[in-house]
Amino acid sequence: MPMTITEKILAAHADRKEVHPGELVTCRLDLLMGNDITAPIAIKEFEKVGATSIFDPDRLAIVLSHFVPAKDIKSADQCRIARVFARKHRLKYFYDEGRGGIEHILLPQEGLVVPGDIVLGADSHSCTYGGLGCFGTGVGSTDLAAAMITGETWFKVPESMKFHFYGRLAPWASAKDLILYTIGQISVDGATYRAMEFTGEVVERLPVDQRLTLCNMAIEAGGKSGIVAPDAITLEYVKPRAKRPWRLYTSDPNAAYHSVYEWDVGKIGLQVACPYSPDNVKPLEEVAGVDVDQVFIGSCTNARMEDLRIAARIMRGKKVAPYVRCIVIPATHQVFQEALKEGLIEVFSEAGCAISEATCGPCLGGFNGVLGAEEVCLSTSNRNFPGRMGHPKAKVYLASPAVAAATAIRGKIAHPEEVAAA
Amino acid sequence: MNLYGKAWKFGDNLDTDQIIPARYLVTSDPEELGKHCMEDAEPEFAKKVRIGDVLVGLKNFGCGSSREHAPISIKAAGVSAVIAKSFARIFYRNSINLGLPLFETDAAERIEQGDDLELNPATGEIKNLTKGERYQAQPLPEFAREIMAAGGLMKYVAKKKGLGNAEGPTPSAYDARQD
Repeated sequence: MPMTITEKILAAHADRKEVHPGELVTCRLDLLMGNDITAPIAIKEFEKVGATSIFDPDRLAIVLSHFVPAKDIKSADQCRIARVFARKHRLKYFYDEGRGGIEHILLPQEGLVVPGDIVLGADSHSCTYGGLGCFGTGVGSTDLAAAMITGETWFKVPESMKFHFYGRLAPWASAKDLILYTIGQISVDGATYRAMEFTGEVVERLPVDQRLTLCNMAIEAGGKSGIVAPDAITLEYVKPRAKRPWRLYTSDPNAAYHSVYEWDVGKIGLQVACPYSPDNVKPLEEVAGVDVDQVFIGSCTNARMEDLRIAARIMRGKKVAPYVRCIVIPATHQVFQEALKEGLIEVFSEAGCAISEATCGPCLGGFNGVLGAEEVCLSTSNRNFPGRMGHPKAKVYLASPAVAAATAIRGKIAHPEEVAAA
Repeated sequence: MNLYGKAWKFGDNLDTDQIIPARYLVTSDPEELGKHCMEDAEPEFAKKVRIGDVLVGLKNFGCGSSREHAPISIKAAGVSAVIAKSFARIFYRNSINLGLPLFETDAAERIEQGDDLELNPATGEIKNLTKGERYQAQPLPEFAREIMAAGGLMKYVAKKKGLGNAEGPTPSAYDARQD
């Protein structure tokens, strides 16, 4: 039976020749991940049932990312639970502030996620890892706790949806515009329980950074996972960093899909998701001119080197608009260092941006850039539900780093071209 | 055992940021989380909800973040079950793992704020006592029923692995009342 890449990965981890959508299968897990919000609950549950050892401590990564450096006493206590546990179980892959960063950018960067893997992450954006050709999916803390004991979990084999992108990207357009467009087309529950497979010449040309962005927001359409078939570009990224062997899977040409969408990206252009839902997506032209109070360039969606380079290109030699603030948070400590060496941090600093060590902070209204009532923010992150970045009456627009940089300089939602040319 | 309670009605795509805003994720204490349940969707909810009441949503209930703090806060607020036209995947999984009964049915549309409900988690039957109507929710898959019957995923795994302390998830305010 022909299978999709997702079905092949699940079958291989269930020791099965084939699997069919809808079947419940138990799969071995290659990597587990918890952060400072989700790991403490998992640790409590793990200890409460009397478990004393992790099935394989080298397959559990704990990354402190959301409220670090600790924003208050309570979050410090949560981090401490994770630190004590990491030391007790001698976790090799424990990442604290100053050495780690946002998990979904950190784990691929560190070579802890490789093609063909199944990665179970206690964070909804664990679908990001699919950008490397593996099956990554988000779960809650109790699923993580159980998997820490058993090394496996159950999955309902998802149906796959295929999104085929062809043509030439419009100037300044990127993977962020493609995924926003996709969510706008199919809605926030358009892919619920399903795997989203991204294909076509446009995806094949995307660097790994952008493939991770594409898969990152699969969850915003309700997707169980997002995936891009691994190729030469993937291997070029994976080879120098992989900590484990990888396996390359691709979909059979006649595999069955729930649905297939084919889009000419030349017609897509720059996209913005408007308040209060990631599927309230409009072409940039329709929202250009909206005044903003804050711009945020960061999060697991768009804070890799590629993202910072494009933002710096637009902001170089310019200043953030008066009465507007711009926060830039490189996704990991390593990205920060690279941005420093390349002079990008200087560009942002000269422009008047506030820059910080890696954290998820503002994206979830945690700290380091929380919005007040009625404030408007344009953000490169992934969600804009009421209250997501602070006050329930704050308004969040989601867009690419290029649009964010242009918006910070203009003080209103702007096209990168008009700022870059100025 | 049937559940009784009044309906609290919400709409489509009620996400976990509204169920329990991230500003409260600095703790995993159920009692503390219960105090802020549904705060950004209905600020008075935690004060007004009565033990046994039922959350009713429409499509894609519990979408967004994977935070287990969402079903934990719902249980701790005293809610006995959630009814919706459809559930987001991670919320669905988390609720089963914690033993929070879910009822998936298009009839969620028929239920209005304040309706008196009687629910049977074993059969998926919902009686709307206010309207005199009966609805049938889709039964949970067998595997999920086994986890629920064991008292949650951790109890299920502990039993399977022969671990000592098969305590299971924290009892909800609703469970505590039953004891």
